[in-house]
Amino acid sequence: MIRAAWAVAFRELLLMRRRSGRLLTAMAVSPLLYLITFGHGVGRFVDVDGVGYAAFLLPGLAAMSSMTQSFALASDINIARFYWRIFEEIQAAPVPASSYVLGEILAGMVRGVGAAAVVIGLGLVFGLRGHAGPVFWTAVALNAFFFANTAVAVAMLVRSHGDQALLSNFVITPMAFLGGTFFPVDRLPAWARAAVDCIPLTHASRTIRQAFLGQPVDAWRLGLLAVMGLIAFRLAVFLTRKAVD
Amino acid sequence: MLRITATNICKRYHDRDALRGVSFVVGPGEIFAYLGPNGAGKTTTIRLLTGLARPTSGEVRLDGRDPLREPDAKRRAGVVAQTINLDQELTVAQNLDIHGRLFGLPRDERRQRARALLDQFDLSSRADDVVSTLSGGLRRRVMIARALIHRPVVLFLDEPTVGLDADIRRSIWGMIKAVQAQGAAIFLTTHYIEEAEALADRVAFLRQGAIVATGSPAELVAAHGPWACLELAGRAATRFFPSREAALAHAATAHGDITVRRTTLEDAYLETMRAHDGDAVRRPDAAPPSRHHPHGGGL
Repeated sequence: MIRAAWAVAFRELLLMRRRSGRLLTAMAVSPLLYLITFGHGVGRFVDVDGVGYAAFLLPGLAAMSSMTQSFALASDINIARFYWRIFEEIQAAPVPASSYVLGEILAGMVRGVGAAAVVIGLGLVFGLRGHAGPVFWTAVALNAFFFANTAVAVAMLVRSHGDQALLSNFVITPMAFLGGTFFPVDRLPAWARAAVDCIPLTHASRTIRQAFLGQPVDAWRLGLLAVMGLIAFRLAVFLTRKAVD
Repeated sequence: MLRITATNICKRYHDRDALRGVSFVVGPGEIFAYLGPNGAGKTTTIRLLTGLARPTSGEVRLDGRDPLREPDAKRRAGVVAQTINLDQELTVAQNLDIHGRLFGLPRDERRQRARALLDQFDLSSRADDVVSTLSGGLRRRVMIARALIHRPVVLFLDEPTVGLDADIRRSIWGMIKAVQAQGAAIFLTTHYIEEAEALADRVAFLRQGAIVATGSPAELVAAHGPWACLELAGRAATRFFPSREAALAHAATAHGDITVRRTTLEDAYLETMRAHDGDAVRRPDAAPPSRHHPHGGGL
């Protein structure tokens, strides 16, 4: 099982290496624009709970970026499935569905953690330093784990590339803006806070921010991310098994 | 040695029957060719046999095991798909290596097999080239080399020479024959009737999801008559005769452009399809269609 999973991950990693220039640019452009616009433009005049807005924003961007990049795996799987038909090459091999999902999420996590590293690197360029230690990276990895699993599940569920784009527009983009990337969600009214607490990114961005700012981390949120990731993994395996004509 | 077994397989997509009770066995060292027009169910059959689709009813077995329930049943099977499903951004060598990994080959064996196949398929000088830079013929060769890296004993070839030049097609035929000589059971779909005639030990004619005739190329030809008289004037027609003399006697009485020659598999195929033109589409639970279609003589 592990050998087959590594074969799937190895293929994705080779492709990532081949596309590394494009990939790094894609990982850097959006966070850079947000940092310039909100961090150093608007944010110069704003503090959040005694923290400069740019320093508040940076870990939120790391969470958002790791989410979007690990979820972008869905598009790659989709293109491999419906355009290049490479998914069929894997289906015709003795690769169990669980190995396939494991391989893909490993690649998705590398991508998600890499995206967060790019954001932290950009922060250094802007003079924003924090505590990017083991807890920070664990939270980033769990965030990437959940969204990579969701990406595989979604890629198995949709029937075309158009459906895929639609899902990104209606699920991922709102999540990016409402999940605590740009503002502290505990300032919201109770009903709105309850709603955004249902978004996995809310818990990821909060723990990533707490760790980065050196504040005590809500361990239960890390546990929640892990449990949600495992549920998404089971769903992804189930949908991969069902993805035959 | 592995064998491929299909038992009364049916496949229904929405309101359309893609396959209607197809059964066959392909044994070791045998090439079984599947001939039929577009939409007859050739690719659907391969998808069912390789675990890419689930039959609506009936059974598919690779050496007695269900490829859908037991992924390990696919370990000794190779597939060359109709579409070029290579990783276009990776090199030829990387494509072969990933396939070897997917089939669980150890590193040394992967390297040794890749080297041997690149030599055999005359691809060594292109090993480090990215697939997107290769011609269609080279990509097809890479597809076949890739399918062989794990030494399959069952090979599924879905129109492996479609769109290729005649000389490349012939060289691929040689490669297929070489794999057969090693004892592999080969399931081949093709639009090229001469390809089936040149390669296959047995041929099945598929029409609207059902096998309407099966046998060796010689048997299928003999079922109609070994000599054919082609009348090319007006509405082209073919008549079959038990002897050359009978065919020539008919030609002497006919008008227009007439050709007398030995019956080919193409003649047998066209005649069988024509004879079934009026057939109603059977339901999956109906009795299987008659196998050989006797059409001897012609007078």
